[in-house]
Amino acid sequence: MTERMRACRRGGPWTILPATLLVLAAPGMAATTAFTGARILPVSGAAIEDGVLVVDDGRIRAVGPRSRVRIPRDAERIDLSGRVVIPGLVDTHSHIGNVAGGDRSDPIQPAARVLDAIDVRDPGLDRARAGGITTANLMPGSGWLMSGQTLYLKLRDGNTVADLAYRNEDGGFAGGMKMANGTNSIGEPPFPGTRAKSAALVRQRFVDALEYRRKIEDADGDDAKMPERDLGKEALLEVLDGRRVVHFHTHRHDDILTALRLREEFGFRLVLQHVSEAHRVAAEIAAEDVPVSLILVDAPGGKLEAKNLNFESPAIVERAGLDVAFHTDDYITDSRLFLRMGGFAVRAGMSRDKALEALTLAGARMLDLDERVGSLEPGKDADFVILSGDPFSVYTRVLETWVEGRKVFDLDDPQDREIADGAYGALTPAAAHFHGYGEGHR
Amino acid sequence: MSARLAFGAALLALAGLAAAQDIAVRGGTVYPVSAPPIENGVVLIEDGKIAAVGKAAEVRIPDGVAVIEAAVVTPGLIDAHSAVGLTGYLNQEEDQDQIEHSAAIQPELRAIDAYDPREPLVAWLRSFGITTVHTGHAPGEVVSGQTLIAKTTGDTVEDAVIVPFAMLAATLGEGAVVDPRGGNGRKSPGNRSKAAAMLREALVGAREYLAKQSGDDDGASRDLGREALARVLRKEVPLLVTAHRHQDIMTALRIADEFDLRLVLDGGAESYLLLDEIRAARVPVIVHPSMTRAFGERENLSFATPAKLLEAGIPFAFQSGFEAYVPKTRVVLFEAAITLQHDLTFEQALAHVTLEAARLLGIDDRVGSLEPGKDGDLALYDGDPFEYTSHAVGTIIEGVRVSDVTR
Repeated sequence: MTERMRACRRGGPWTILPATLLVLAAPGMAATTAFTGARILPVSGAAIEDGVLVVDDGRIRAVGPRSRVRIPRDAERIDLSGRVVIPGLVDTHSHIGNVAGGDRSDPIQPAARVLDAIDVRDPGLDRARAGGITTANLMPGSGWLMSGQTLYLKLRDGNTVADLAYRNEDGGFAGGMKMANGTNSIGEPPFPGTRAKSAALVRQRFVDALEYRRKIEDADGDDAKMPERDLGKEALLEVLDGRRVVHFHTHRHDDILTALRLREEFGFRLVLQHVSEAHRVAAEIAAEDVPVSLILVDAPGGKLEAKNLNFESPAIVERAGLDVAFHTDDYITDSRLFLRMGGFAVRAGMSRDKALEALTLAGARMLDLDERVGSLEPGKDADFVILSGDPFSVYTRVLETWVEGRKVFDLDDPQDREIADGAYGALTPAAAHFHGYGEGHR
Repeated sequence: MSARLAFGAALLALAGLAAAQDIAVRGGTVYPVSAPPIENGVVLIEDGKIAAVGKAAEVRIPDGVAVIEAAVVTPGLIDAHSAVGLTGYLNQEEDQDQIEHSAAIQPELRAIDAYDPREPLVAWLRSFGITTVHTGHAPGEVVSGQTLIAKTTGDTVEDAVIVPFAMLAATLGEGAVVDPRGGNGRKSPGNRSKAAAMLREALVGAREYLAKQSGDDDGASRDLGREALARVLRKEVPLLVTAHRHQDIMTALRIADEFDLRLVLDGGAESYLLLDEIRAARVPVIVHPSMTRAFGERENLSFATPAKLLEAGIPFAFQSGFEAYVPKTRVVLFEAAITLQHDLTFEQALAHVTLEAARLLGIDDRVGSLEPGKDGDLALYDGDPFEYTSHAVGTIIEGVRVSDVTR
């Protein structure tokens, strides 16, 4: 739990202090901090035994073996002997924060932003911090062909969604566009009844957006000739211009190829999400050099499109040379157990290095955030996780999670432990997310 | 390889899977559970039953008995509560027989009339070393129906089942309440006290039925539902009550006391609030899957509940539970594994997916530990069975190797 959340939860509104006071009072705020003695897995390079991680002003200043890293004399030292340090985890697909996108009026709603729905006090964010997640792509549901704009969230301490949102260079909110095909987005009109109709509806909207762009270009700066502003088309142009990556929920082999076909026609940037049958079309995906974000659950099935879910999928796509990340799809899997997915991928043949990369740097690449996060390198944000042992062992616990040089989760803190373990009232009611399906068909 | 040779090899492989029920298993470490671990151990199975367990040097393997090896050997795992076999992996209407919503109370629904031993989810569980599963009607109605206990093999329900009517499944709390939007065409139970009243009414009716049936009135007409409830009242089968909220757990204890019946508490997300009460009532708990989703009436669940039950001296077992969506089943091995981060030791976690589960289900005379005379049900692993990165490498049921995939 972050300091601000804790303050809010402890008392009434009169106890809420001005943000600046809280920031000054927060722990781990020495100008420079050196974390020493841990086994560091930087992801960008080989494992470092007896490592030193120097953090300064929220950024990583240095990382390396003790013999090679000079620790500034005034630095606070934190001994992490016997611990393992990894980069903060990046979850490329999550539904924490009570996210919502478009409503049922239209299967394609590019104007809807999860930014306008996220509850930063949702305990899901605390669960994510307890699981070592420091960056998450918050997505609207898959019951639409295009359910809206996603938001990339930094799980730092903050009071509003604006405090937590990643920003683009122009100051705008950083995020992608959620799309889906297959059965989830099929429904009663105006939703499509078939796969072909699904593709046709989406293509028409992209064609319309291109027409909109042509009108803007034709106006050539003349306000009188400009088309009426259309928020949905503006968002689609961000997609077509590559400023907004498409995160495409897709499961079945043919649906995956449909997503690739749409990308080829319109040229948008694409991350394939879920991709339950990636192992069946790995070569085809590799030929297009499109990254995949996978999820592993404990058994195949639950829906027709997941009947061929395969534990070996991560290993197969790794061998095919794909860039592969993982995601929680929280509530489908609990953010507190995100590391487990890497363990399962290793169980089924993925290399340990790639599995850890899939939980960190690969996800950062898919969110265009790899310059800032995903590995432990000088200059990057000081987002890291302190573990009690090997990242892929069931005996290992997340001990602490740090974002930009500040601790946002500490297992030794009684309230944080309640979030990590579960306890009466520790996780207040949160709306279930079920991809617009409800809890199955009871 | 020629086609004929390939065919011959396939036949041999099949023969290997379904050989006579004599087999010996050497384990780097053998965990009998009922006794301390044995390094370099051997389990000898003859005619489907365990004949000997001991150090390799002490157990003589008769000539001609096939020997297989694994790093780790445990008793076949027991999933203390599931719905697999009634619920299928495709999650389409035609493979979902775990619940019948036409009435709130249907004790006459037998699990044996719905269990599909060839369901892929059963094979999925088997491949992880699970050899026994307590399955049947799922939570979701006040009395949803009966449960059974089966081995995770067999082509027919008769082959698979070892206890045809294991428990009667009931639900209290939000899980029993009908959808207010009227999904099932019924109005009751519309809240938790109505659910409790309906359950009590059914038990009262069964008690009267029992009194009548035991009289000399040969003309009393049979009522299959009341017959099933009467077996609960006669303590022949336990009432399995799924309850998560603390008030619903207390209601279950109250009803068990009122009708003097054997209660098994299922789920129990908030059971850690009532350790004294549950212990005093001598009620065992089949604890919810560790990783079941924490919302609704399960919002207060804790990964630490098994450790707290253990410390309080309350018998408990792990379960895979029932899932309405992805994943369609959980795997009890993994549910137990999570508790290793939450104060359970390896031995404790293992015991509660084997011998303790067998005791809770009343089948410890047959399964749950590696002891002479018990069924030859074994799970084989290439390392610590609970580790994410270990593999299940074989499953043996009654001396027959029923899984040889590495998973």
